[in-house]
Amino acid sequence: MTGTTVDLIWLAPALPLLGFVLNGTLALARPTAKTLVSIIGAGVLLAAFGVAIAVFSAFTGLHAEAPVVFRYWSWIPVGTLQVDFALQVDQLSLVMLLVVTGVGSLIHLFSIGYMKDDPGYARYFAYLNLFVFFMLVLVLGASFPVMFVGWEGVGLCSYLLIGFWFSEEANANAGRKAFIMNRIGDFGFMVAMFMIFWSTGSLDFDTVFAHAPTALTAGGTAITAITLFLFLGCTGKSAQIPLYTWLPDAMAGPTPVSALIHAATMVTAGVYLVARCNLLFALAPVSSAVVAGVGALTALFAATIALKQWDIKKVLAYSTISQLGYMFLAVGTGAMTAGMFHLVTHAFFKALLFLGSGSVIFALHRAYHHTHSHEDAQDMRNMGGLARYMPWTAALMWIATLAIAGIPPFSGFLSKDEILTAAFARGSVEPIWLVFWGLSLVAALLTAFYMTRLMIYTFHGPNRTGEQEQTHLHEAPWILTGPLVVLGVLSAAGGLLNVPELYHGGEWLHHWLEPVTHPGAALRPEPPLVSGTEWMLVGVAVAVAVIGIVGAWQLLKPERLVPARTASAERGFARILRNKWYVDEIYDALIVRPLVWLSREVLWKQIDQRVIDGAAVNGAARGTRALGWANRWLQTGQVGTYVAVFVVGVLLVLWRAMS
Amino acid sequence: MNLNPAIPRDLLLSLLPELVLTGWALVLLLFVAWRHRTVWDLRIAGWLTLLALVSTAVAIWWLWWNRAGVRGVVSMIAADDFRWVADWVFVGAAALTVLISFTYLERERLLAPEYHVLLLLGTLGMMLMAAGADLIVIFLALELMSVAVYVLAGFDRRRARSAEAALKYFLLGAFASGFLLYGIALVYGATGTTNLVLIGARLSIAMRASAMLLAGLALLIVGFGFKIAAVPFHMWAPDVYDGAPTPVTAFMATGVKAAAFAALFRVMYQAFAAVPAWHDIMWWLAVITMIGGNLFALGQRSLKRMLAYSSVAHAGYLLVAVTAGGVAGTSAFLVYIVAYTLMSLGAFAVLIAKGRAGESDVTIDDLSGLAARRPWLAFALAVCMLSLLGFPGTAGFIGKWYILIAATSAGQNTLAAILVLTSVVSAGYYLPVIMAMYMKPEPIEAAHVDVCLDRWGRAAVAAVVVGLLLFGVWPNRLFDLARAAGDSVHAGGTTTAAP
Repeated sequence: MTGTTVDLIWLAPALPLLGFVLNGTLALARPTAKTLVSIIGAGVLLAAFGVAIAVFSAFTGLHAEAPVVFRYWSWIPVGTLQVDFALQVDQLSLVMLLVVTGVGSLIHLFSIGYMKDDPGYARYFAYLNLFVFFMLVLVLGASFPVMFVGWEGVGLCSYLLIGFWFSEEANANAGRKAFIMNRIGDFGFMVAMFMIFWSTGSLDFDTVFAHAPTALTAGGTAITAITLFLFLGCTGKSAQIPLYTWLPDAMAGPTPVSALIHAATMVTAGVYLVARCNLLFALAPVSSAVVAGVGALTALFAATIALKQWDIKKVLAYSTISQLGYMFLAVGTGAMTAGMFHLVTHAFFKALLFLGSGSVIFALHRAYHHTHSHEDAQDMRNMGGLARYMPWTAALMWIATLAIAGIPPFSGFLSKDEILTAAFARGSVEPIWLVFWGLSLVAALLTAFYMTRLMIYTFHGPNRTGEQEQTHLHEAPWILTGPLVVLGVLSAAGGLLNVPELYHGGEWLHHWLEPVTHPGAALRPEPPLVSGTEWMLVGVAVAVAVIGIVGAWQLLKPERLVPARTASAERGFARILRNKWYVDEIYDALIVRPLVWLSREVLWKQIDQRVIDGAAVNGAARGTRALGWANRWLQTGQVGTYVAVFVVGVLLVLWRAMS
Repeated sequence: MNLNPAIPRDLLLSLLPELVLTGWALVLLLFVAWRHRTVWDLRIAGWLTLLALVSTAVAIWWLWWNRAGVRGVVSMIAADDFRWVADWVFVGAAALTVLISFTYLERERLLAPEYHVLLLLGTLGMMLMAAGADLIVIFLALELMSVAVYVLAGFDRRRARSAEAALKYFLLGAFASGFLLYGIALVYGATGTTNLVLIGARLSIAMRASAMLLAGLALLIVGFGFKIAAVPFHMWAPDVYDGAPTPVTAFMATGVKAAAFAALFRVMYQAFAAVPAWHDIMWWLAVITMIGGNLFALGQRSLKRMLAYSSVAHAGYLLVAVTAGGVAGTSAFLVYIVAYTLMSLGAFAVLIAKGRAGESDVTIDDLSGLAARRPWLAFALAVCMLSLLGFPGTAGFIGKWYILIAATSAGQNTLAAILVLTSVVSAGYYLPVIMAMYMKPEPIEAAHVDVCLDRWGRAAVAAVVVGLLLFGVWPNRLFDLARAAGDSVHAGGTTTAAP
């Protein structure tokens, strides 16, 4: 306890939990009370955001170098393993807390308008509040197990919300896919936890990080295995190669869910985990290279797929995977601040892009609803020229596009540039990083290209929605556009958080996070760059972004597009991209089908039916039946029989006592 | 507060909760002699009973708070944390039974407020059983409890099954009491005293136990084994549990069993700690009770009968705690008995809501589709079933976990393994209940329309569910209490959890 407002930190997770309980009760008892549900659902988030700001300002007053840990109760006391339910307030968790509650509040407000006609309104808000609760447990937990509770909890909520419209089978399948991919990742997380406990004797962050440098040899097998297993957990949760395939399918959920869970918060949990364990990764150079390499490769790979997607949300989904790749490149490089900086700015502009696309889908859906048409409201071939009908959405999404493409002075420019600079600088010590830098530079080019493509096809050129539908296309109500405006401001100005010294900025975020990132940075310092090289790198990055945007503007001809139902299939390389490099098919052929065959032919038909059912279950059933028969034979209801059994028992007890 | 029972004031103080309860029972007896005709008489009697139980609980709390204890003196009455915690379990079980009885008695037209008087006298007997530090006191208390419960079992006297249950229970109970008394006589013959502490002292200096003592010990175990329904002394349990009115069944399955175990613990560890022979008997009883109870339960279709056998199985788990012994075993017993009392009472409460006319004809399949029609009741029953099964996150898991720890640290690995295996078997009859409620459709339209509890019953079920989930994730305070209580039995009342 510090005796300041920081002590109120428990309120931050408690409020969304309260919201979940109230909305859950309403969902069961009175699902029609939508006003009440909205007030509770968004109100608890705004209140939690208020708590976050209050805690943040109190914490700055403390000038704490070490984390402030609040231990509430002893949770798992088993032998030498002592795990308390404890929350940890430090610079890193506060950044996450502000992002989750702040962006979360905006998305909750957006949801009020977006979901207002849905019959499962109360259930939706209950899940959303529960998600925020678990997300806050994840970022505030002071030990691996507490964090794991949040980690599993957000996975559960994600699963529930992806399958929110579970009556359609594809959606339920998407939920299941997310579930399985995340289980593979969680296996990694759990193995890592066992190994950490085995080698350091604790699972609390402070104890583990204090003991790790002495208990584990730097670069040894143990620390490499621990960090690689941790990263396996990250690839599941944060959709990196090879476990990324669930995220595009997760777009089956409502769009605000995609914005909150699958863009701004949950999928960044892996980045947060690596930043939290920066000391462990600094001790394992091989794992760091793997993290950076997988990140750079994912950034490029996902960007190529995004080039040829027609579903507006699928483009954004692959874009999210690609941007998460950048974040992992940063944290793998040891530039924790750059990774967290990109995490924050990405939360702003990607939430804006998703909510903007939600606003577009909302408009198209309404238009098609009016004419009773069953066209796909998410296919960009059915859009075009929407800037005329929804100028606010178009303008705001352009801001986000410029930010993600890396055009100065928008937020994404500063954060992405910092990552590229850090990777290049690391290249002077370890040359492999020059390759990673090259990969991510190409990815930046593609990013600018596919985002401009999305904007052109959606908002410019002729409209392809349909003659009758055009009259029904108009801007969404203020409850949808209001949050977009706030996010627009943040996407434009978010870079102010960490203006580099190159532009005579204060690097506020860098200094703020220093107490957390220092242990790792001390072991693995970032190589310095002369300012001339830095200016050269900035020039290259900006040039790449401009080439991408201008190239797309010149090459793409929106007037040649035809609506989705009349479009012909792609040919050649475009087709490979359209089909996402056939990764789903490859996984299906290499892993899923052999597993299904194995489980059907061997496990089910042989082991289950013959051995378990035949011998064990039926055998046990036969045995039980025989015993039951004996029991029935004795359990006659006649007192005489009971006395007889009783006396036998007495004789047996006497015999055991005397012998 | 150290009490010396030789001083009358201290003796009265050490019996304060029992005296309070006796006073209330007499008041209630006068009241029902005067008013015993209408529904309102019954309700007022019920409320008075609740008041009696609350004031008794306060008296127990006062003694616990002041760390009242009889230390260093030979006495017929024990006063230690073990007794207070056990008393709370009895009072809690009785209070929950009263809460679920309101709706039941009125529905089944059992308009006799004497029911509540008997309930109070039964509870008084249980409290004295936990308090007895002398075999004679324990025997008298056991008879006080038993006579009250015999009558309660036959309370629905218009129904043949209820009368049959009472008669069977009475006949077999009298038979078992004979063994208990004979055992006491033999122990007295061998040691020259009936006081537990003195027996313990005599036996600890004796070279080896005489045959007379061992025979007495064996017969004592038989007497207690009957009350806790350990196999093979369990034969009465399914029939009596099945025939008795359901709230009484709940009371028998929880309070009576808890009281018999409490007395068993005190007798075994204060008097016979120096005699190793009983460990072997307990080991065998635990094994066959766990195996028998679970396997017999598998074959049941009637929910009430299934719960009866399940209660036999749980007696087996508790016997593992007895065999493990020590502070760990005793505190594990207390944690488990709290969880067990809550989950059994909860399950019987939902059964009352569903069933009619004694409930013995409610099969598990009759619950099909309950979740759609009565989601809260179905949820409550699901929580109780999962807890009975020992599912993580519920109090039942925590209880089983502590018993397992006590068993393994006492070197009883075989017992621990059998406990785990038989728990797996128990999934075979607990989970079908949940499957029926959540995965099967209603057999006929509006099959569950008349399933309901009054507000008292709902309060009881809600308290049970909250308790099960709360202790499932936050058992620490309960475990502190249980540990201090366990210490007090073994170390002669030197420690206490009271602040």
